[in-house]
Amino acid sequence: MSLRTILAGTTGLSLVALASTPAFAVTELQWWHAMSGANNEVVDTLAKEFNDSQADYRIVPVFKGTYPETLNAGIAAFRAKQPPAIMQVFDVGTGVMMAAEGAMKPVAEVLEEGGYAFDKSQYLPGIVAYYSKPDGTMLSFPYNSSSPILFFNKDIFEKAGLDVANPPKTWSEVFEAARTIKSSGAAACGYTSTWLTWIHLENFAAWNNVSYGSNENGLAGPNVELALDAPIYVEHFQAIADLAKDGTFRYGGRTSEAKQLFLSGECGILTESSGGLGDIVKAGMNYGIGQLPFVEGEGRPQNTIPGGASLWVFGGLDDAQYKGVAEFFNFLSQTEIQVRLHQQSGYLPVTLAAYEATKASGFYEQNPGRETPITQMMGKAPTENSRGVRLANLPQVRDIANEEFEAMLAGSQDAETALKKLVERGNAAIREAVGSQ
Amino acid sequence: MQENRPLAGLVAHLVLVLGVLIVAFPIWYTFVASTHSLQTILSPPLPLVPGDRFLDNYGEALVGGIGQIGGVGIGRLLFNTAVMATAIAVGKIVISILSAYAIVFFRFPGRMVFFWLIFITLMLPVEVRILPTYKVMVDLGLIDTYTGLTLPLMASATATFLFRQFFLTIPPELVEAARIDGAGPMKFLRDILLPLSKTNIAALFVILFIYGWTQYLWPLLITSDSRMSTIVIALRKMVSFTDADTPWHLVMVVAILAILPPVMVVVLMQRWFVKGLVETEK
Amino acid sequence: MSRVVFPARVLPYLLLSPQIAITAVFFYWPASQALWQSVLREDPFGLKTTFVGLANFRSVLADPNYLQSARVTVVFSVATALLAMAAALWLASAAERVVRGRGLYRTLLIWPYAVAPAVAGMLWLFMFNPAMGTFAYMLRRAGYNWDPLLDPGQAMTMVVVAAAWKQISYNFLFFVAAMQSIPRSLIEAAAIDGAGSTKRFWTIVLPLIAPTTFFLLVVNTVYAFFDTFGIIHAVTGGGPARATETLVYKVYNDGFVHLSLGSSAAQSVILMAIVILLTAIQFRFVERRVHYG
Repeated sequence: MSLRTILAGTTGLSLVALASTPAFAVTELQWWHAMSGANNEVVDTLAKEFNDSQADYRIVPVFKGTYPETLNAGIAAFRAKQPPAIMQVFDVGTGVMMAAEGAMKPVAEVLEEGGYAFDKSQYLPGIVAYYSKPDGTMLSFPYNSSSPILFFNKDIFEKAGLDVANPPKTWSEVFEAARTIKSSGAAACGYTSTWLTWIHLENFAAWNNVSYGSNENGLAGPNVELALDAPIYVEHFQAIADLAKDGTFRYGGRTSEAKQLFLSGECGILTESSGGLGDIVKAGMNYGIGQLPFVEGEGRPQNTIPGGASLWVFGGLDDAQYKGVAEFFNFLSQTEIQVRLHQQSGYLPVTLAAYEATKASGFYEQNPGRETPITQMMGKAPTENSRGVRLANLPQVRDIANEEFEAMLAGSQDAETALKKLVERGNAAIREAVGSQ
Repeated sequence: MQENRPLAGLVAHLVLVLGVLIVAFPIWYTFVASTHSLQTILSPPLPLVPGDRFLDNYGEALVGGIGQIGGVGIGRLLFNTAVMATAIAVGKIVISILSAYAIVFFRFPGRMVFFWLIFITLMLPVEVRILPTYKVMVDLGLIDTYTGLTLPLMASATATFLFRQFFLTIPPELVEAARIDGAGPMKFLRDILLPLSKTNIAALFVILFIYGWTQYLWPLLITSDSRMSTIVIALRKMVSFTDADTPWHLVMVVAILAILPPVMVVVLMQRWFVKGLVETEK
Repeated sequence: MSRVVFPARVLPYLLLSPQIAITAVFFYWPASQALWQSVLREDPFGLKTTFVGLANFRSVLADPNYLQSARVTVVFSVATALLAMAAALWLASAAERVVRGRGLYRTLLIWPYAVAPAVAGMLWLFMFNPAMGTFAYMLRRAGYNWDPLLDPGQAMTMVVVAAAWKQISYNFLFFVAAMQSIPRSLIEAAAIDGAGSTKRFWTIVLPLIAPTTFFLLVVNTVYAFFDTFGIIHAVTGGGPARATETLVYKVYNDGFVHLSLGSSAAQSVILMAIVILLTAIQFRFVERRVHYG
């Protein structure tokens, strides 16, 4: 053994020793999230990769239950003056978070103070607009975004004599196809949908370019009068209610439970979040993907709005923590990370570079349909109807809507009554919520 | 009963078999689900008999899947849950026996005040007062501690109520005799009351152990360090009803593992509990 | 009821002190905060706070949904307590009657008690959820229109059965213990007198297990009222259209999901008042009719 090897060995050892000494100033950053199932593993992997990539900061992911449970844990911790650094908040919680000025620090500021220029044009416009103040300041970092699309069962389509290469594009075509599926006996039910509120109210408004509520759907100010009893909604929901009478439309539940009806082959058509693709692939069924349907009309479809969740940064942390958060968000924005998240999980990419890279790699040719949610969202410059919906109490308004829809689908009221009651109760709840802020 | 009536016996057996079928079915079904492939589970209806994936699923869960729940091993999760359940059971039994003893066997100023102070708490679940309680825990610095996991859940009067009910059935002659013998109150508690309460303590231990084992919302709020997490939370972490795909076949394996320890406690304690009953009776 | 008691000055207070200390810190302290919160109007993060007096109470009591939820709670609690107790009593008396296999039956019957509500809810979804449940498929294939997602009655039935299912084991355990403590001589004497098993049950067994029954009545009511949150949350989420939203679920939903803290706190306070009243009624009136052997 030469002296050299010994020397090299010692240096190596001392280097190892240096590296493994718990750096005296490792800043720990807690990331509270609501990601379960396979998504939970993605979160843990990201944190591990970031922690291994540098020695100054350590991201500690903590699962805090469902989205509402996570939000409450964060609020409770803030009120007890022990907030985490980062908290994941679902799309409908955005209004609540924006109203809590002072409790949160805008992500754009965090990035700039951390030495990273925040350039809005690098991000997917539809997503960033949803998580920004009206003046364009990005408030939270989009983590998992998705967009509603149409799935159909090719075997059932063939049995019913429908064209597999040409899935229905408009709502009336969907309803027609659903009736054909049912009457031909190809399946017990023609059409089902997850998330009636997110898909058939919030996205319906944006995609068809009609108003959801006053004040630009709440983006221009918190005092919103809902516009959900307009004729276009009434006709749409009455059509669904009529189909529900003989089981051509089947209701699966308020969130994504209806997916099971599609997986089991009970229903031939499904509208669902693009994030639901994983289960559909794993069930090994012969499926096809189409655009979210729209109502025939001039200039339609417009653009869809994202669902999912974003990462918020609490106020009142120290400078080292903010620096660490900026590093972490910068790490998350890296093209290769975004590409991987997008291709593996079905989330939409956050940056344009990641979208372009995926396109260039030929991924969309191999996985037809995976680009659909992105093109839907990016197709057109958003109008004041299609930038999103922002209410201080959107979860509550969604619950009210679900209650009225359930009564309607059970046959105890028609669509007009349901929507009238939704507007009346929703407006009262919004006034109450705005008053308390 | 002891007379020989085959028909009545048959009917009783029938009732019991039916009862067992209905009552134990969901657990059987979980087991069935844990032996099928993900694809079978995802395309309902699920068969009623076990599939052929028993070894695959359990192997995958125990060797691969479980270690990935928040980076904490299943052993640690089970240990935490067991510590939590045991501490709650023992702690609550001790404080409840003492307070029920005080209320039933003593007369002292303010007795009714204490009685009501305790029994008002009989019914309010932790969910209703969860946010203020959380703040109290932060003020006391009990986040991520076993104390924080267990102590607040002892603050209810169900066990005290049970012991009070039982103590009221103790014949007054026993107390009289003890007093005549010159036995002090603590001697009476130790030598007479505790042995008599053996079966009640066993039953309560089972009840409280399971109460502790099955907690969800409280441990979720009070722990941030995943090394303090419990098995029920880990299970929920695996299940996604929204976007992500859920490894249902592994979830069912973990569900069986989460159900098994408390079932063991129930079954083992029940033996002891029934034996004790029969012995004191005859 | 006159009881023989020990004379002591300090000892009872010492005995009571652990329970009182824990109750004070973890019950009365948070409860007083809830009381204070109920007269405030506040945003979730506590950044802006206004004192509003009794406005929260007025708006809660004027809300038709609140009264609806109170009705749901009564129906749900009565049905759950009755079903859980009747089924358990039936099974316990059958278990008393068999000689062989008694231990085995008992062992198999107490399993569900060990299942966490969060897990139980998942199992019920797997069986009865119209979208993914096996039995839902069977029922529909048999021509029955099983749709608890839209039919309020079916949804109520489903949560009641799920909630009672979890409680049967508990009741069963207590009924069996109570029945075993009945002196054999009493029952044999009755049998010699020619009383049939049904008659023996009503005239001897039932009166003698009355204290246990009373205890279980209290526990089951409490359970149905308050501890079924986890099951309702997992099985129906309070739906359809609030058909299974109990008062406790509403407190959770308004506070935890809708983040209207003032209203939620006011509801908590009302609940506490109801609880105090119920407890008082149970101790003052029901208990008097029960004999302690």
